[in-house]
Amino acid sequence: MNDVLIDIKNLVVEFDGERILNGLNLQIRDKEFVTFLGPSGCGKTTTLRSIGGFIEPQEGDIFFDGKRINDLPPYKRAVNTVFQRYALFPHLNVYENVAFGLKVKKLPEREVKNRVGEMLEMVGLRGFERRGVSQLSGGQQQRVAIARALVNYPRVLLLDEPLGALDLKLRKEMQTELKRYQQQMEITFIYVTHDQEEALTMSDRVVVMKDGEIQQIGTPQDIYNEPINAFVADFIGESNIIDGIMQHDYLVEFAGAKFECVDKGFGEMQRVDVVVRPEDIKVVPSGEGKLTGVVESVLFKGVHYEIMVDAHGYHWKIHSTLPQEVGSFIGMTVRPEDIQIMHRMQEDQR
Amino acid sequence: MKAKFASVPYLLWMVIFTIVPMLLILLFAFTSPEGGFTIANISAVGRYTDVIMKSIWLAAIATAICLLLSYPFAYIISRRSARRQQVSLMLIMLPMWMSFLLRTFAWMTLLEKTGLINRILGVFGIGPFEMINTPGAVVLGMVYNYLPFMILPLHSVMMKIEDSIIEAAQDLGASPMRVFFRVVLPLSFPGVSSGITMVFVPAVSTFIISRMLGGGSNLLIGDLIDMQFLGNAYNPHLGSAISLVLMVIILLCMSIMNQFDDDVDMEGAIL
Repeated sequence: MNDVLIDIKNLVVEFDGERILNGLNLQIRDKEFVTFLGPSGCGKTTTLRSIGGFIEPQEGDIFFDGKRINDLPPYKRAVNTVFQRYALFPHLNVYENVAFGLKVKKLPEREVKNRVGEMLEMVGLRGFERRGVSQLSGGQQQRVAIARALVNYPRVLLLDEPLGALDLKLRKEMQTELKRYQQQMEITFIYVTHDQEEALTMSDRVVVMKDGEIQQIGTPQDIYNEPINAFVADFIGESNIIDGIMQHDYLVEFAGAKFECVDKGFGEMQRVDVVVRPEDIKVVPSGEGKLTGVVESVLFKGVHYEIMVDAHGYHWKIHSTLPQEVGSFIGMTVRPEDIQIMHRMQEDQR
Repeated sequence: MKAKFASVPYLLWMVIFTIVPMLLILLFAFTSPEGGFTIANISAVGRYTDVIMKSIWLAAIATAICLLLSYPFAYIISRRSARRQQVSLMLIMLPMWMSFLLRTFAWMTLLEKTGLINRILGVFGIGPFEMINTPGAVVLGMVYNYLPFMILPLHSVMMKIEDSIIEAAQDLGASPMRVFFRVVLPLSFPGVSSGITMVFVPAVSTFIISRMLGGGSNLLIGDLIDMQFLGNAYNPHLGSAISLVLMVIILLCMSIMNQFDDDVDMEGAIL
């Protein structure tokens, strides 16, 4: 692809002999919104900091717009960062914080003023210029941090879990805002989060990571609908993950029954992981479905009920808009296309 | 109510040991031995202008040297791991566990004409040097004794500068020099001003260091005051007057310092 902006090749990072990134390969396109998603310690922040220039990789290369930038110090890179805890300058007011990057570059006072004004307008902080940053709420500080980075018109904005400290409602608001900034400024956003919902909402592409390695790269739809392994399936949304045996192409056995499916290419009688999303299980009268079980618990979750069903020792999680009576017997069916078959993960990979 | 009650012992302490003595000094400074009001004591202080100037000068040099030595040191240790910081601070405090007199006395034996340094140099056929009883020896004594008072306040403000703030400055395009002048220096300024206060004030009023390392020719204000109260020149009225003048000088220096502090803030706003 020609529009590759950042090309990471075989990146290895170690701290105190511990391998954080294990030969990472990744291409990031110009003007896309990429999210690094994974549990803590998966190396997502390390990857981001390597791009920002705060970590020197032991092996591998990072190319920016075709040029190798491994040895370039952070202050010479065309990227800006929104830090996890904002890292605003406590001795400067809102205006000075936002203007910092431009003044360091010795831009004319007039242009500094215009650009800072434009940014504060965009993040909705007009009139806060003279405020000290410690007087601002968390959400406002966060906006200052974003404006301070974007005012430099970077090619790439790096965001390190920027919404982690905000409450749920504000976080949702900021998700929409961030997406808007990205489209308005037409630049690349690289976003780090452990919140799968956040990743799915904002991203053009999601990079799911675990233990310093990339598990899957794809659009939010791909990642959600076609998770490559049980880890991704489990991390993205809720899943029922069951041991199964692939009888032959298009037929899988799990939970004591045989099911038609759309997957092929696994060996005959191969042990596999079977993933079924809770919302893909249909509740039918007892005896009508392939699976029968007894309702263990029912929780009201707002949009749906979360129903736990015990079927011969297998515990199924079902999302249904209708409640069931605890202790009653129900039948369950799954459509062939809603059954995901994946290669067994090694136990140590789980 | 309870909190107020708890502060009573300290208030009493303040009144008995700070406010009353201050009023007494004021009283003594403006009265003659016969008891009448006079400004003769204050005007007599004018005779010692050279001693006062010398005290300020030596204390200022010692403060400047302390600052130059401490600043990079405090910054470097503030960037280390919490454990290493503790060890470093411990090592700085270690000499303070020993008596002030003993430490200064140790320097005497080192700097003497027949002291350790001159003897070692003598082995190589150099010297002996005139080291003790010089203004330099006094400054050395001040720096040696008061250095921790500069490092500690500097370290405590620098410790609070988060790594991410420095990274943010780099991220926004600031070279290491710019990071220092635009972020680290302004943020550490409260430490600089309290460090200067904590070194300058005891240095300008010291009398032990100047007596032990400065000999008779390097009399400082502290010695002058000491002589008026405990020495042959016994005259508590003049002693009080000199103390009062010294206090005013220190207050003046501090207010100039604070002025400078404000200026830096202003500069930050203009930059």
